[in-house]
Amino acid sequence: MGVRRETKRTGVFTRRALLVGGVQLTALGVLAAKLYQVQVVEGAKYSTLADSNRVSARLIAPPRGRLLDRFGTPVANNNQNWRALLIAEQTEDVGGTLDAFSRIVPLADHERARIERELRRHRRFIPVTIREFLTWEDMASIEVNAPDLPGVLVDLGTSRLYPFGASLAHVLGYVAPPTEADMGEEPMLALPGIRVGRSGLEKYHDLTLRGRAGAVQLEVNAVGRVIRELERQEGTQGQDITLTIDADLQQQVLGHLGDESASAVVLDCRNGEVLAMATNPSFDPSVFNSGVSQAQWLEWTRNRRAPLINKAAAGLYAPGSTFKMVVALAGLEAKAITPWDKINCPGYLDLGDTRFHCWSKGGHGMLDLHGGLKNSCDVFFYEVARRAGMDHIATMANRFGLGVPLEIELPGARKGFVPTREWRIAQGKPWNIGDTIVHGIGQGFLQLTPMSLATMVARIATGRAVQPHLTRSIGGVAQRGNRPEDWPSMGLPDRELHAVREGMWAVVNDEHGTAPLARLLLPNVQMAGKTGSTQVRRVSREAREHGYKSDDLPWEFRPHALFVAFAPYDAPKYALAVVVEHGNAGAAAAAPIARDIMTDVLTRDPAGGNPIVPQRVAETHT
Amino acid sequence: MSVMERRLIRETSFGLTSKLWQVSWLYVLLLSALASVGYVALYSAGGGAEPYASRHILRFAFGLTLMLSIALVDIRFIARCSWPAYAVGVGLLVMVMVMGHTGKGAQRWIELGGMQWQPSEFMKLALVMALASWFHRASWDRMGNPLFLIPPVIAVLVPVALILKEPNLGTAVITAVVGFTVFLGAGLRWWKVLLAVGGIAGAAPIAYAHLHDYQRARITTFLNPESDPLGAGYNIIQSKIALGSGGMWGKGFMQGTQNHLNFLPEKQTDFVFTIIAEEWGLVGTLAVLGLLSLIVLGGMAMALRCRHQYGRLVALGITMNFFMYIFVNVAMVMGAIPVGGVPLPLVSHGGSAMIMVMIAFGVLMSAHVHRDAEFGEGRDEI
Repeated sequence: MGVRRETKRTGVFTRRALLVGGVQLTALGVLAAKLYQVQVVEGAKYSTLADSNRVSARLIAPPRGRLLDRFGTPVANNNQNWRALLIAEQTEDVGGTLDAFSRIVPLADHERARIERELRRHRRFIPVTIREFLTWEDMASIEVNAPDLPGVLVDLGTSRLYPFGASLAHVLGYVAPPTEADMGEEPMLALPGIRVGRSGLEKYHDLTLRGRAGAVQLEVNAVGRVIRELERQEGTQGQDITLTIDADLQQQVLGHLGDESASAVVLDCRNGEVLAMATNPSFDPSVFNSGVSQAQWLEWTRNRRAPLINKAAAGLYAPGSTFKMVVALAGLEAKAITPWDKINCPGYLDLGDTRFHCWSKGGHGMLDLHGGLKNSCDVFFYEVARRAGMDHIATMANRFGLGVPLEIELPGARKGFVPTREWRIAQGKPWNIGDTIVHGIGQGFLQLTPMSLATMVARIATGRAVQPHLTRSIGGVAQRGNRPEDWPSMGLPDRELHAVREGMWAVVNDEHGTAPLARLLLPNVQMAGKTGSTQVRRVSREAREHGYKSDDLPWEFRPHALFVAFAPYDAPKYALAVVVEHGNAGAAAAAPIARDIMTDVLTRDPAGGNPIVPQRVAETHT
Repeated sequence: MSVMERRLIRETSFGLTSKLWQVSWLYVLLLSALASVGYVALYSAGGGAEPYASRHILRFAFGLTLMLSIALVDIRFIARCSWPAYAVGVGLLVMVMVMGHTGKGAQRWIELGGMQWQPSEFMKLALVMALASWFHRASWDRMGNPLFLIPPVIAVLVPVALILKEPNLGTAVITAVVGFTVFLGAGLRWWKVLLAVGGIAGAAPIAYAHLHDYQRARITTFLNPESDPLGAGYNIIQSKIALGSGGMWGKGFMQGTQNHLNFLPEKQTDFVFTIIAEEWGLVGTLAVLGLLSLIVLGGMAMALRCRHQYGRLVALGITMNFFMYIFVNVAMVMGAIPVGGVPLPLVSHGGSAMIMVMIAFGVLMSAHVHRDAEFGEGRDEI
């Protein structure tokens, strides 16, 4: 090989090696520039990302506040709950792990679907609940089979426990896992095992009971394991709430309702405290903790006795004759009648060519207000209504808490409906005098809840505009409304109220009263009350003339039976309302229940431990 | 002693003492500095000398001994071993295909001496040696003859195809680039260079169609890392966060949160550069980059000072291989190119790769020590 050729080759190599070296240096220079960009120009952005990687703010859910009855007995409690959780990143095969789990504790398809949905929603190191309320046996077999269940861990959470079960279900409501919609507003709700109030007091007082979550800033590693605590903010515990309810009385009241589709409300008529509000049939609220099966749900919704509906606060009924006190007070206030005015009842009232019947075919003859109430004479109240006019009646009804929202702390409570002439005219229909007459005996468009009827009686008994309420104290702080003075006077003359009360006394205690079955068998104490029976179906004239008997009707067409009462008559302390759906007659179906309930109430005297200044209203009457 | 005399001694006497005298101790120092960087980073990764750092430095000591031993072996002997080495390399690649250990969906490893060896690492060195040996006697004119170029092209394509088959896209590309660089140094005509580059650019889409799913996933993830934060893109995102959060001055030794809280996957191996970036900042990364540049430039300088074509080409190829390692690795952790499973040589934890790099540097240093060796017509003919 010649020297020249060798030189040529060397020269080519040198140039090309320098070129390669230049390219290499340039490439490394580009890397350096890129490093400058990532580390310095965008450094702040990545620092933030590194911190958000590292710092995990975790919420510590405080235990949910308890609900206590008026004597401090827990009616909604927190129970320890063993649950199985799955941490997805700790298993290579989530499906396999769930299959293995299913062989030990069978999982239904809908449970599996929920687990898989939650797994998709959360990061892989966040535990997802597989199953709650594990029995000791299940827990033991999970622990024994732990090697086959990678990623599964068992831990102790809390769940809501209702010691009185179905008897208070409608009052307390229930809790359930939050929905995705709930979670948007409150990050605490993403914690496993947390529950929110779905109805009843659990819903009304949800934020108070829930408390505020504490936050702890933790340094975590890539798998979410905690390395150390950086900062801690204590939350506030959910507060205990003492209710006005007497849980034992509640059970007794429910017992008196028997198998009827019925409801009853007992108030302390001096301050509006709800001592009992029972609805039958009911449901077991703890079922909602773990999820309701479809079969159970169908059973509830198809049941014509509607166990899910809180009949005491949301059941709507025509008040029937229990409305007559309001009509009487409207007539008195409108100066349409005086307590001594007499009206003749021939058994019917003719208005034009329409005849309105009294329940008593033969008529009651000449009656004053006392007699009208005692006999529950329809014609008497047709006439009073006719004279007073619907405007006065509706206004008076509203003053007694009928057809207006009450302050009861139940999200599902309904205000009922009291029609006015304006309402009817706004519908494009005329308001006839016949409509007013029908409303004089509590029929027509009237739709009222047992709760509002109990409120009405409490206001009649005390002359104060008490509001029914369920909350006595929150976290030991007494709530407004405990004392009678908290409630304003109705502003009605004692004389007129007294006349009505006296009529109600006669209903029960007069030998010709319509509700002798309601008479108390206790010494030295008397109850005043009023019956009501309301048709759910129009009775045709033919049927009436051919000896209509509601007992022969199918259950769902029979009239509702109502009874409202207060006691003791001479010093009113308790008011109640009982509605027995399709119970036929108030005097027969509702009055004995009212009597039994009131007997228990007076015997127990749940408000007795809460001495209250004697009422002026009560004093004047003795 | 005049320059001529010294040169005479170098050419004639290859005694142990004089050879040791000829070893570029500055280069040894640079490599040791790089290994020390590795020690510091791995110390932090392991939270102490165990489990990575101490083993790393022990391996480096072993590698250094190996390197110096090879440096003392006559380059002409090494040159004669080129084609046998190539044959062994191809044999190992075939073997790993048949019975190799499957790691991460690919057959790459051979268990030997308690370590896992990637034949592809050895293959790259053997390929460089074989090509250098082929082009050693090739004159400028001969380089113009296409027929002369066919055997070396095949010599490149066979291992590249085998490595692609493993599949290991990153190493296959590096192997091809390294082989191509040797062609370039040997005097491949420019128009052929352009033809080759154009051909590869044209073939890329076709190659993409034949890629494995995981390789395509890497490319798609690379194009949009945020698309799958907990999947394939997770590594890139976390590694960028580590890099970026290091800022100018870094979080301090052992203070890297991304590192110590395990947000970085495989931080002690392929992603070791992110530890340096997070804890030492831009200052640290530029210093390491500077050190790496010195090692690359030193290799190129040795290539230039070599007086025989075999030594030049071997030095060029080995240096290019080293450069490709660091470029791919650093670009990879920055998310600039798809994740490739390429370690940062002498810094990443991992025995076999380091030993192979040190063997390659040994050959490079031998070329340097024997830079004036005459390849005779007889015994030294290759």
